[in-house]
Amino acid sequence: MHHDRPAPIRPGAAARLLHGLAAALAALVALAAADTARGEGLVISLSNHQVMITSNYTGSQITVFGAVQRDEQTIARTTGYDAAVIVRGPRVDAVTVRRKERLGPIWINRSQQTFMDIPRYLAILSSRPLDELTSEIMRMRLHLDLDPTIASRSESGESGALLYPRDAPPEYAEALVRLRMQEGQYFEIGRGVTFITPTIFRAAIPLPAGAPPGNYEVETLLFSDGVQLSRDITNFELVKTGFEQRVAVWAETRAAAYGFLTVLMAIFFGWIASVIFRRD
Amino acid sequence: MQIYLPIAEMSVSVFLLLGLGAAVGFISGLFGIGGGFLMTPLLIFLGIPPAIAVASQMAQIVASSTTSGLAAFRRKALDIKLASLLTVGGLVGTGLGIWFFAAARAAGQLDIVIVVSYVTLFSVVGGLMLVESLKEFWSSRKGKVRSRRRAGEHPAYLGLPLRMRFHRSQLYASVIPLLGVAFFVGFAGAVLGIGGGFIMVPALLYLFRVPTSMVVGTSQFQILWASTAALLLHAIANQAVDAVLAFILIIGGVFGAQFGARASRHLRADMFRFLLALLILGVGLRFAIELVLRPTELFSIANGG
Repeated sequence: MHHDRPAPIRPGAAARLLHGLAAALAALVALAAADTARGEGLVISLSNHQVMITSNYTGSQITVFGAVQRDEQTIARTTGYDAAVIVRGPRVDAVTVRRKERLGPIWINRSQQTFMDIPRYLAILSSRPLDELTSEIMRMRLHLDLDPTIASRSESGESGALLYPRDAPPEYAEALVRLRMQEGQYFEIGRGVTFITPTIFRAAIPLPAGAPPGNYEVETLLFSDGVQLSRDITNFELVKTGFEQRVAVWAETRAAAYGFLTVLMAIFFGWIASVIFRRD
Repeated sequence: MQIYLPIAEMSVSVFLLLGLGAAVGFISGLFGIGGGFLMTPLLIFLGIPPAIAVASQMAQIVASSTTSGLAAFRRKALDIKLASLLTVGGLVGTGLGIWFFAAARAAGQLDIVIVVSYVTLFSVVGGLMLVESLKEFWSSRKGKVRSRRRAGEHPAYLGLPLRMRFHRSQLYASVIPLLGVAFFVGFAGAVLGIGGGFIMVPALLYLFRVPTSMVVGTSQFQILWASTAALLLHAIANQAVDAVLAFILIIGGVFGAQFGARASRHLRADMFRFLLALLILGVGLRFAIELVLRPTELFSIANGG
């Protein structure tokens, strides 16, 4: 087993990451050997199930390790495997997309569409660009595309990447995805999944600094020759810790006290400044 | 150096926030205005959700108005009597404004009313002040000293019943127009989402002819109470106050406000009015241009239905 292309990681995190990688791979190999399934199975492990947000948090990275399970009965594949990883962040109950229109001489928000239950973060990583990996019909069925005209056409709503009212004009959904991509919260990485050996792969999922705290669902799909063979779902959590978490909890549960404290802090520093600068 | 904002749920550069706080604090201290109309759009531009931007920068306004208010109090450039009266009128106006805002929101399209009145108010007020300032410059160049206060010449609204004497402000006027203006400022502030100073300062200057030296301190005192009430309301009702963001803005803001207040003392009264006119007109024009030009992105997204 060897690393052909190590992912770019910060030096401080390297040792920890490598340790995690080794442990995860060892576990995978053990699991793969133990199972005796007929078709290809998929064993997935994450480098971390909890990512902590601290005060100097500027984004993070989660690594997905995957192993394809085969045995004697599994048919031989001539084309090798492909894999895709879909990561869906915590969902918001509703997102309103507004559109500016011309009214006389001015431009103003006039019409809007509300989308329910939309993930705030959505990443699709694949071993090849999606249009090379599998057909449009397959991507539609699996919601394996950021393009809402593909990802939301399918009737099967199960853990759909994007669900929006079917009668809504498609430009609203497109705008939603486009704006989220500009924020860096939605993205596709066409070669984000790397096969270390023909049956073991790895994918580094970037979590930008603005990624919302909460539960992230990681769906891994295995393909060969454009046909989906196997599927696995696992989770990780992005959580605030320590001071950050306490502030967030106080703001919610002790709103009045929190408000008074903020006022006191403001007045205190205002007063301090006027004392420091008192010269006349 | 990046810092994570726990309520806004994103990380921002500390130095950028300190700089923003200082710059807006300076302008706030210089003109006796809150500065929220500058800070809010800047924070939203950084990617901070609008509700959290509006609520958290209120803390900076509380801090910088405390600093400027205390500084004005020490050099006796604060008319407490007038400021208290304005505070009472302003709080009533704010309360009614918040109620009106919620009611009108529920009834339907309010956005256009807000935006158009915003632009009109700023353009008209700023334009009138600029014309006045230019006239003043023009006549002083010709050597004529135009007195801003002429004996025996008073607008009729100052002579309504319930008159009160404000020694500091050299004002003897009915409380009815004063409370009325304060009420309007509070109301418009709540509906338009802007602090009161922006309308209060020109009103004191031009409607009541309060001396420029008194206007800044008096307005800051009134802003202190209005912003404290608003900050509490935002924290309790919306839970949108990010204490970490507020803290950094405060640190930058109080220093900026201090230098602003100092600069304000060295600024000639006519220059002060001229610069304030430019600032108000500039903000009005900026919004006007945004309204008229075809936007590059027609769509915008906001969390929540």
